[in-house]
Amino acid sequence: MIVRKLLLSDRGSQLFFAVLLATTVLVPLLNAVVPDGSMLHLPNYSVALIGKYMTYALMAISVDLIWGYCGILSLGHTAFFALGGYAMGMYLMRQIGTRGVYGDPVLPDFMVFLNWKELPWFWQGMDHFGFAMLMVVVAPGLLAWLFGWFAFRSRVTGVYLSIITQALTYALLLAFFRNEMGFGGNNGLTDFKDLLGFDLQAQHTRIGLFLATAIALALSYAACRYIIGSRLGRVVEAVRDAESRTRFIGYKVENVKLWLWTFSAVIAGIAGALYVPQVGIINPGEFAPINSIEVVVWVAVGGRGTLYGAALGALLVNYAKTYFTAALPEVWLYALGALFVGVTLFLPQGIVGLITKLARNRTTS
Amino acid sequence: MIGGRFLGQNRRSAAPRLDLSHNIILYLEGISVSFDGFKALNDLNLYIEAGELRCIIGPNGAGKTTMMDVITGKTRPDTGSAWFGQTVDLLSLSEPEIATAGIGRKFQKPTIFPNHTTFENLELAMAGDKAVWKVLFARISSEQADRIDSVLRTIGLSDKRNVLAGSLSHGQKQWLEIGMLLMQSPELLLVDEPVAGMTPQETERTAELLVSLSGTHSVVVVEHDMAFVRSIARTVTVLHQGSVLAEGSMDQVQNDPKVIEVYLGD
Ligand SMILES: Nc1ncnc2c1ncn2[C@@H]1O[C@H](COP(=O)(O)OP(=O)(O)OP(=O)(O)O)[C@@H](O)[C@H]1O
Ligand SMILES: [Mg+2]
Repeated sequence: MIVRKLLLSDRGSQLFFAVLLATTVLVPLLNAVVPDGSMLHLPNYSVALIGKYMTYALMAISVDLIWGYCGILSLGHTAFFALGGYAMGMYLMRQIGTRGVYGDPVLPDFMVFLNWKELPWFWQGMDHFGFAMLMVVVAPGLLAWLFGWFAFRSRVTGVYLSIITQALTYALLLAFFRNEMGFGGNNGLTDFKDLLGFDLQAQHTRIGLFLATAIALALSYAACRYIIGSRLGRVVEAVRDAESRTRFIGYKVENVKLWLWTFSAVIAGIAGALYVPQVGIINPGEFAPINSIEVVVWVAVGGRGTLYGAALGALLVNYAKTYFTAALPEVWLYALGALFVGVTLFLPQGIVGLITKLARNRTTS
Repeated sequence: MIGGRFLGQNRRSAAPRLDLSHNIILYLEGISVSFDGFKALNDLNLYIEAGELRCIIGPNGAGKTTMMDVITGKTRPDTGSAWFGQTVDLLSLSEPEIATAGIGRKFQKPTIFPNHTTFENLELAMAGDKAVWKVLFARISSEQADRIDSVLRTIGLSDKRNVLAGSLSHGQKQWLEIGMLLMQSPELLLVDEPVAGMTPQETERTAELLVSLSGTHSVVVVEHDMAFVRSIARTVTVLHQGSVLAEGSMDQVQNDPKVIEVYLGD
């Protein structure tokens, strides 16, 4: 009831759900129902590509929630994305079983290669889907909670906080590169075969993953929208705009931040878990600080503090990236940098801000 | 003007209850604060009676704002003690705990939430359980909405109810901030320079408002505007170099040679 009222009062969110619904219906239809030879047929790899974009949109929403609404600029959010991804990757690894190169029924190939005799403790239970999915949420959530507990309690804010988030993801990057960590080192986790018994290459599995991503995106969006529309959402924005005022009227600002931050990290983790089976690999490169910065650019380009703007930015920037990295690969990083500077200087509210301004001018003139 | 105490809420579950049995609401004893060796407060002693309206004056840098920082938990003193009534040790509480215990503060520079409406600003300040889960599912009851509207009338902003607070005039922001204090239904209000930058009419309204609040609340006002202080003050405390220089009625204080020398003389 309240959610419906909220969504109806917000044009951008309506549009977001309309587009998401249309995509969710059309993509499987064009892929599975429209015959192979037809112009309108959507190949399998496109289904996975669109699914991947949707995990990016999910990631962007997670960053927008804490940056756009609470003013916490995280430059390390893909740490949570990658942890969720690794949790999923570990499950997929254990599904390979004897089909690996070394044919060990329990140990993944890289462990046999390292001459390990048994499964490390943190791999135990990861062959159970339910437990692995729990870890998708718990691993990033717990890390975020611990990090936030220390950072927010000691009142680290602004640039300093951003820097330590960056340090966090960088530290994890270095750690996951090490073979002894037990996460496949440099190569990460790959060569996945199936998920819940469904062949990952099969068309219906692709569609299933795509639908799961669409549902996760819709639910996460609705949850974020609910939070933002609640009194808690107003407190969150109050923290962003006047933190000490919020304290003096009796809110425990640390707890507000900690809660929102952890929730945001969990969404990032879910995005990572959905990403991995659709791209077929997770490696330490996902922890790279540049990835986290890219997410911030998506949100800035789309327009922060709107949620749907973040999703839009994720799609547009990644579309541009796909185009650039194919046509002019060496230019992409410069283009990304230029985009960020340009948006910061000329479009502080991003594309969404620009559109609202144009629309307002049209109605007033 | 409505300035009464609002429906009693049970909001002192964490801290011990406010005990006013000796009729003193605030004790500051031997408070010293230094910043890099500079003593902003130097053995400050101050007592505020329940229901009193106290004005604090003193030259720039006398330590007035620092004193409020100590009371509200923003700054921890090097020495001294600070008690709220007989039982609440302010030095052991955090800012939100002190706010919940019943001390509201208006900052020297008006700080409101610019991207929320006037109504929402008051809603956020409203006394009640401010734990994350409670706030996530909080609904405004019709009594609460009525109460917000009554505070809006008190501070004269009824017609600005749904306007973004950032677009209010300077004086209106000051009132809104006082309104936010009222929503907390505090026992003690600390008001730092409420009339700075106000027009004479606004100043007059503010004086009325503060006077109407005293009695049911204890109010401590820091102000430089002497005419304003004269119009509201019963007891004036003069702060100088971090400690109390003189205390008494406005006339007593104004005729005190020490005060004339350091403050009113120039
Ligand atoms: N955080 C701080 N760090 C260093 N010095 C400080 C700090 N806060 C206050 N001071 C110094 O302490 C002294 C007292 O400052 P305070 O703000 O309490 O004065 P005030 O009486 O409120 O003055 P005004 O009338 O100008 O508002 C000043 O000299 C000020 O520079
Ligand atoms: Mg001051």
